This record gives sequence, C-alpha cells and structure tokens, in this order.
Amino acid sequence: MIYLTRKCEFSASHYYHNPDWSDEQNRRVFGKCANLNGHGHNYTLEVTVKGDVDPVTGFVVDLKELKDILNREVVEAMDHRHLNKEVPEFASKVPTTENVAIAIWQRLNDKLHVAKLHRVRLYEMPDLFVDFYGEA
Amino acid sequence: MKAYLTRRYIFSASHRLHADTLSVEQNRMTYGKCNNPHGHGHNYSLEVTVGGQVNDETGMVCNLVDLDEAVRQAVLDRFDHQNLNTLTDFAALVPTTENLTEVIHNILKQCFPSAHLERVRIEETLKNSFEYSDGAELRH
Repeated sequence: MIYLTRKCEFSASHYYHNPDWSDEQNRRVFGKCANLNGHGHNYTLEVTVKGDVDPVTGFVVDLKELKDILNREVVEAMDHRHLNKEVPEFASKVPTTENVAIAIWQRLNDKLHVAKLHRVRLYEMPDLFVDFYGEA
Repeated sequence: MKAYLTRRYIFSASHRLHADTLSVEQNRMTYGKCNNPHGHGHNYSLEVTVGGQVNDETGMVCNLVDLDEAVRQAVLDRFDHQNLNTLTDFAALVPTTENLTEVIHNILKQCFPSAHLERVRIEETLKNSFEYSDGAELRH
C-alpha cells in the first residue's frame, strides 16, 4: 500500500454565524469570526490517497486525474468565493475548518476510482489545520 | 463526524542534556555538544492535536480560543524563555525533547478536558521532531 499526497491552494472568505443563536451568543462563541462582513484565508489543502501500485503504470493514481478532480471539486468551487454564500454545503452549516474539511472529503470520496481517499488535511493558516479521515 | 484539529505554537527555551547517574565522560559521550555545561537553546515548535465529534451547532471540535488559552497558561507561560533544567518538571528528568514532549502531553491532558488530546508533536529544530500519544497508535 502506497500513500500519495497532492497539495493545492485556494483563497476564500467566510464568517461564523449560527442563525438559531442571538447576536450576543454568536459573538461569545465565535469571537472575531462572527463579523458578518466576513474575512478570508489562504487555505492549503493536502489530499492523501492510498492504493496498490499498478504494475504497468507504476502509479497509485493518475496524478493528472487527481489534479483535475481537485480543481473541479474544490478549487473552482471555493477559490475566490465566499463560502457561506456561494458553496451550497454552508447554506446551513458553519464553514469552520472542520466542516470545510468534511465537505471536501464528501466532494472527493466518490470521485476517486482507483485509489481510496485516506485523509483530507486542510490548513486554514500555517499554525492551524484539521485532519478528516471519513470517520462517523 | 470525527475530526482532528492541530494548532501550532512557538516557545523558546534553553537546556542542557546531562544525566547525574552518568560520569562526566559518559555524559560527554552520550550527549555531545548538548552536554555543554552552560546550556544552549532552541525555538521549539509545538503542535497540539485534539480530536472529537464536530459539534452540530458550532462546527467545531473545540473552541480554538479556549485551546489557545489553556496552552498559553499551562505550557507557554511555564516554558517560554526558561531554562528547562531549572524547572521542577526536570528536577529528576533530563530535558531531552522526548521527555519534554511527554511532560507537555501529561500537562495538557489534565488541563484541557474539552476535547480528547490525540497527540503532542515538538520540532526541536527543523531537522528533528518528536511525537507522543500516550500509547495510542499515531496516524498520519
């Protein structure tokens, strides 16, 4: 079994707001992130897939195909977008790094044919990242 | 859904690697430059990983502000700009980064009950790093 990681970057804005809560509760729980004018990050995404090496090609996965999937499912959908307003998953979910990582996993998981998705690691900043392994 | 959140912190400290149970010569052989009697220092990069269910209401494993505050109070205030050898944690323990990693894991396990502490990882320099997860298998 070989693990292969592909990296890509996207920049997006978001805010944290739970509509079931008062403004005061949103501010208390989410702090600066509750500012409804939003703010942004340069996200770095690392996607790790695992699989056996194809004896003919020597590949775990065709990197070009993986790159195309990442571009289509993540970069085109999220780069230079407002996550709350433009990415459907976050119409009803707070776009925390945790939830963005989970949404990316769900977008990618059934698109990979040969290799199996192992981990989505999403950096919101160089000093903060979330790992999601598809666990319930 | 279970997710793992990792936060990175920096602190600077000095130390000297020296075991009282070893002879002068043995200490020099074992620890090399790190046995210099006057000590030396590092910028330590500390990664704290916590895991848990992502809360439906907040979208979070734990509140980052709370984690930052706990780490600041319990770890950074305790070790930053200190000589590790002078601290009670290392009164009977050589302040190798192996031991420092375990000490910090034990401190954080006590003081941050809001999420499960999965892993503590410390980079002593860009060339070496240490991880401790209290026996649980490390997943990468």
